[in-house]
Amino acid sequence: MNKKTLFSLFFATLVASISFAQNRTLPNIQVKTLDGSNFNITQLENNGKPIVISFWATWCKPCKKELNTIAEVYEEWQDETGVKLVAISIDDTRSMSRVAPYVNSSDWDYEIYLDPNSDLKRAMGVSTVPHTFLLNGRNKIVWQHKGYIDGDEMKLLEAIRELVLEK
Amino acid sequence: MKKIIFLISALSISLLGFSQENSLGEIHGDFNLNLQSYQEDSAIGAQAADEIILNNAYLNLNYTKGNFAAGLRYESYLNALADYDPEFRGNGIPYRYATYSIDGLEITAGNYYEQLGSGLIFRTYEEKGLGIDNAMDGVRLKYNLYTGINLKTFIGKSRTHFTYADGIFRGADAEININEAFDSESKTKVILGGSFISRYQERINPIFKIPQNVSAYAGRLNLIFGGWSYYGEYAYKINDPANALSESAMNYASGNAFTQNITFSKRGFGFSAEIHRIDNMTFKSDRDKDGKAYLINYIPTLTKPHAYSLLALYPCATQSDGEFGAQLDIFYKIKKGTKLGGKYGTKLTLNYSRINGLNGGSSFLNDNTNHVPSLISIKEELYFEEINIEINRKINKKVQTNFIIANQTYNRDFLEGHVPGDYGVLNSTIFITDLSYKVKKGHSARIELQLLKSKQLKDYTPHTGSYENGMEEPAEGDWGMMLLEYTISPNWFFTVQDMYNLGNEIVDDRLHYINLSAGYIKGANRFEIGYGKKREGIFCVGGVCKLVPSSNGFSLSISSSF
Repeated sequence: MNKKTLFSLFFATLVASISFAQNRTLPNIQVKTLDGSNFNITQLENNGKPIVISFWATWCKPCKKELNTIAEVYEEWQDETGVKLVAISIDDTRSMSRVAPYVNSSDWDYEIYLDPNSDLKRAMGVSTVPHTFLLNGRNKIVWQHKGYIDGDEMKLLEAIRELVLEK
Repeated sequence: MKKIIFLISALSISLLGFSQENSLGEIHGDFNLNLQSYQEDSAIGAQAADEIILNNAYLNLNYTKGNFAAGLRYESYLNALADYDPEFRGNGIPYRYATYSIDGLEITAGNYYEQLGSGLIFRTYEEKGLGIDNAMDGVRLKYNLYTGINLKTFIGKSRTHFTYADGIFRGADAEININEAFDSESKTKVILGGSFISRYQERINPIFKIPQNVSAYAGRLNLIFGGWSYYGEYAYKINDPANALSESAMNYASGNAFTQNITFSKRGFGFSAEIHRIDNMTFKSDRDKDGKAYLINYIPTLTKPHAYSLLALYPCATQSDGEFGAQLDIFYKIKKGTKLGGKYGTKLTLNYSRINGLNGGSSFLNDNTNHVPSLISIKEELYFEEINIEINRKINKKVQTNFIIANQTYNRDFLEGHVPGDYGVLNSTIFITDLSYKVKKGHSARIELQLLKSKQLKDYTPHTGSYENGMEEPAEGDWGMMLLEYTISPNWFFTVQDMYNLGNEIVDDRLHYINLSAGYIKGANRFEIGYGKKREGIFCVGGVCKLVPSSNGFSLSISSSF
C-alpha cells in the first residue's frame, strides 16, 4: 500500500464520517418570535411529522407568491400529511415591523420567526430568497429548493408525500 | 515514511470506528459566482472593461458538531464587477470563525456579525448585492443569565474590503423579557433593552483635541398586547468630529436619534405606523474615511422597499446626518366570496412615507456656531415622499393580477448630492400592471407593464438652467417598461425585458435597455445566463445605496447550496 492510496483512504473515511445532505441537522441558532422571545431553531417540533422551512421577506415578490399559493391549500396539506410550515422572515429593521401586519392580514396560519441580521440564513447556506427546506420527522433536512416559480408548490407536496409514505 | 503510513492507517481505522459510533459532524455551505462581460456602448455610456470579463465569487463552509461550529468564506474578485468597490481585489479568506455554546454561554472567536437593538448605534452585516460586509473580527460572548435575561459583550475591528478599519469597538447589550424573567402570565408582554458601544481611534490632530474614545448608547422598549405592538428606541452618541484642520469644519455636537413604531393586526387587517428622527448620527469605523464600507451603524430608510424596477428608479437613501421621517402601511384583505373580494379574496396595500430635513440642518457646535434643530420638523426641505396603493387579486385558477399606482417626489439634487438646480425635484406617477397566466400544468406566463410619468416640481429650486425643464441638466422624463416571463416548473425560466426612456428631453437619448435572460434551477442549484444593457442608476438596500454604472454585456450567475 503506497502513501497515495493511504491518503485517499484516509480522506474517503473522513468524508464518509462527516455527513452531508442525507442527514443534515438544523444549526444551533436563535431566531425571534413575533412577540419578541428568543427561539432556538433546533427546537422546531411537529410530533414526528414533516416540517417545511421557507425563507422569505415582505419585499420579495416570489416569496409572497409561494406562501400565498400554499396558504390556499395549507389546510388540505395538513389534513393529508400533517405537515407544518415555518416561514422565516429575513426582513431587517427596515421592514421587520411589516411582518406581523402582512402575515395576519394575509390569513396565513404558518409559524413565523424573524431572522433580522440573517444569522440563520447564513448558517443554512441561503444566499437568496425564497429558499425552501423540507425536514423529516426527526428534524433532518431531506430536500431543498431555491427560488419559486408557479407550480413549484406541487413538487414540494410530492416531496412531502414521499416522506410520509417512507415512514 | 513508515511512521507516516502507520499514522495514517491508525487514524483511518480509528476514524472508521469512531464514525460508526458517533458522527464527526457536518459540513454545509453555499457557493455563488457572478460573472459579467463589459462591452462598450457609447449611446448609454457603458464602458468596456480592460479585462473583458469581471468576476465575483465566494464559497461559504460551515462545520457543525453539536454545540460547536466553525466556518470560513473564500472570496474571489478577479477583478470585481464594475458596480463593486475596486478595493475588493484578489482572493482571500476574509471570514473565518469558531463558536461553541455550553450552559447558556456562547463564545465566538474570529469573525461575527452583530446588531445592537435596531442597529441605530451599531450593526455589522453582509449585503452582497451592495458589496457591504463590515463583519467584526475579535471575540464575542453571549450569556443567558436567567430565563428571559440575555447579555452579550464583544470586542473587535470591523472589516473593510480585504482589511480592517482603524477603530477598535467594544460593545455590550442587555435585554430582559419581563414576562419570561418573572414567569408572569400577564397578557401584556414587556421587553426592555439597553446597549453600549465605544470606538477607540488614536488622536492624531495637531491642532484640535478630539475624543479618542467615542461612545454611543441606546435604550429600547417593546410592548405587546394582543394584536398591538409598540417598539421605541432612543440613541445617543457623544461628539465625534472628523479630523479637520480648520476651525469652521470642526463639529463637536453630539448625535441622537429616536424611532417609534406601532403596529396592529388581526385576521384580514393590519397596519404599521412609524416615525424617526435622526440628528448627527453618522458613525464610522474610521472617523476620517468616507464611503459605505466604513459605516458601522444602520439607520433604515422609512420608505417601502420596491421590487418593481420603475418604482425603484428613484430610491430614497437614509440621511444619517439628519432627517425626520414618517411612514404608514395599511394591509387589508377583502374577504373571499364577497362581491368586491371575488372568489379568492382581494388584497389592498397602502403605503405613505415622507422624509424631510431637520430645521436649519443637523446639530452643529463649535466656538462660532451652536445649532440645535427643533424636535419636530415636518415643514423643512423635502427629501422624498411617496404614496403607493397596491391591489392584488386572483381572478380564477389561471389568472392572477397585481396593480399599483404610486406617486413619488424625489429631491434629486439633494439625494444624489448635486448642486441645487442641476436636476431639481422630480415628481413621478407610476402605474404597474402585473398579470400571470397559468398556461398548463407547470407552465406559466407573466407580463409586467410599467409606466413612469415624470414632471419637474419648479417651486422647490430656482429654475434658470438652459434646458426646457428649467434645470442645468436635461430631464430624463418618462420611462416605460415591459417584461415577459415564461416559466416551466420546477426547472426553467425565460425573461425578456425592455426599459425605454420614452420621454427624454434629448430626443437622441430616448434609448431602449433590452435584457434577455434564461435560467435553470434544480433543487439547490441555480444557473442563469443573461445578455443586455443596464441603465446607470442607484441601487439601494435598507437605505444604503450604491451607484451602478451603465453596462452592456453577457452575464452568468451560478448559485448552489449544500
